[in-house]
Amino acid sequence: MTHEPVLEAIDIVKELGHGAAMVRALKGVSISLVPGELTLLMGPSGSGKTTLLSILGCILTPTSGDLRVAGVSTDRLSPEALANLRRKHMGFIFQSYNLFPTLTAIENVRIALDVRGQKGFAAANRAEEVLRDVGLAYRLKSYPANLSGGEQQRVAVARAIASSPSIVLADEPTAALDSENGHAVMELLARIAKEQGRSVLAVTHDPRTLSYADRVVKIEDGRIVGEERRPEGLDAPGIADLTKRRKAHA
Amino acid sequence: MILTLAFRNLFHDRIRLAVTLVGILFSIVLVAVQLGLYLGASNIITANIDHAKADLWITVYGSKSFEDGGMLLTSRERHQALATPGVKAVIPLIVRFAEWRKPEGGSTRVVIVGSDAEDGGLEPWSLIEGTWDDIKAPEAVAVDRTYLNELGIKGVGDTAQIATGRVRVRAITDNIRSFTQSPYTYTTLNRARALFGDSDGTTFYLVQLEPGADVEKVRQDLQKRLEGAEVLTKQEFRDRSLKQWLFRTGAGVALIGGALLGSLVGTVIVAQTLYSSTKDHLSEFATLRALGSSSGYIHQVILAQAGISAVIGYLLGISIALTILVLSKNTALPMVMTPGLAFWLFTLTVGMCAISALSAIVKVTKIDPATVFNR
Repeated sequence: MTHEPVLEAIDIVKELGHGAAMVRALKGVSISLVPGELTLLMGPSGSGKTTLLSILGCILTPTSGDLRVAGVSTDRLSPEALANLRRKHMGFIFQSYNLFPTLTAIENVRIALDVRGQKGFAAANRAEEVLRDVGLAYRLKSYPANLSGGEQQRVAVARAIASSPSIVLADEPTAALDSENGHAVMELLARIAKEQGRSVLAVTHDPRTLSYADRVVKIEDGRIVGEERRPEGLDAPGIADLTKRRKAHA
Repeated sequence: MILTLAFRNLFHDRIRLAVTLVGILFSIVLVAVQLGLYLGASNIITANIDHAKADLWITVYGSKSFEDGGMLLTSRERHQALATPGVKAVIPLIVRFAEWRKPEGGSTRVVIVGSDAEDGGLEPWSLIEGTWDDIKAPEAVAVDRTYLNELGIKGVGDTAQIATGRVRVRAITDNIRSFTQSPYTYTTLNRARALFGDSDGTTFYLVQLEPGADVEKVRQDLQKRLEGAEVLTKQEFRDRSLKQWLFRTGAGVALIGGALLGSLVGTVIVAQTLYSSTKDHLSEFATLRALGSSSGYIHQVILAQAGISAVIGYLLGISIALTILVLSKNTALPMVMTPGLAFWLFTLTVGMCAISALSAIVKVTKIDPATVFNR
């Protein structure tokens, strides 16, 4: 597996607001994501986590610094070109799921394929396949209102990975979930990173997620203040725990 | 998925959808009725001109419409016209307002149309009782069944007084309406002249040309020969009559104004509801944008919403318009609906909804996809 970064942010500065109300949310942040790794971005409220996620996701543009997605610099790219980068390389998971309430689970996944030009039976089959992968084969035709929080987040995960993006960005993916569903979603994200070789970054302040991480990046006051990496060859304990619990439950 | 999302967005809030559809429906019905009446009025105004077998019309100078003539042309003009190269026949036609005195008392104004069938100029079409031969009988006239009540008669055989003479209804036409609401009364040329006490005068000459004759050249030749008269093509005379009755009287302006108002009100209602629908679904559009959709994709969703509204609104609107058309069939001014008008109304509906979508598109263009992280 290659360890070339698929996403690389160098000395990112982001100023929000103008004049006296201007706030420097990021103060020279550098971070890179490599395939096959689940990275957690942790920090207290107001530390700049979500701002950094938005910049890494090409949703916000940095005030200064360089962001490279799959080797392409995003500097001076138009909003349409940035949307094109997101379409080609990224999948998103949001804290509030952001599912379309008027679409069924499978349609919610299909629309993410549709915006990428994947239509028809192939898209329908792919949407069904990823929903099966996240354990929702029995909920294909359900509307979000009829799904539990955990199920909704799994639909969101399916939507994020349906187009096989090289980067998956998740914003507080377990914040609205109970313990079991939180673990289930983190297990999914870890699997996506490990088995599918994607680069997964999750912004979180949930300590339950720690055991799934290959790397934990800590941010405070707009600066990266620390980074911990699980030693090579050591399996993610969270996955092992979950496997044990599932076996016991069965 | 664009159509699916658009459809679901629309049907998600059925009350708002109902408001949108009522807006479109109101607009389409109003425009259809106004334009249908405009077409109906146009048909009525030009019906006699359209049915006359004439390549050119000779009128007195400044004549404004079919009904607006005196009996100022004489046989002198006719002979001059007949001597013009390319002219095959010059047929006199009398058209003049007169007082119709009802058998039971009271009176109303009618338009006497006098011509001879043998001349092949203008004869009443769509006779439902009697024939042209019956109209040749002494005192005979033909009137339309729509106006029997107004004329104070019940049908064939009834008599009335016009100008200086008595007339007897010998034939009945169907659907020959009069825009002036003065019913057309068809009779022979000589009887019309006799009723007005004139032995030579005529209102128009209908000019028929030799096969292959150049209409414009003959028109110019005739114009040179006939001082004080005007020579008009059929189209020119139609246009002049329409201009007189629809625009100089303001009737057409009112009808077209109503149609414009209908379009405007419909556009505003649809724009308002589409805008508020887009505003309600803004977070979903922001999610789409965050997922990497192009702005064009989102615009297509909004336009699809507008298109679906247009199709449903049009179908409802045109159904009501057609019902009104059937109900107006036996009135003095029946509404007209042609395939062309129906298609035009559909185009108008789609255009109206597309314009309405603009405000929503402008709104959605300003979406900040970063809002997806703030929910």
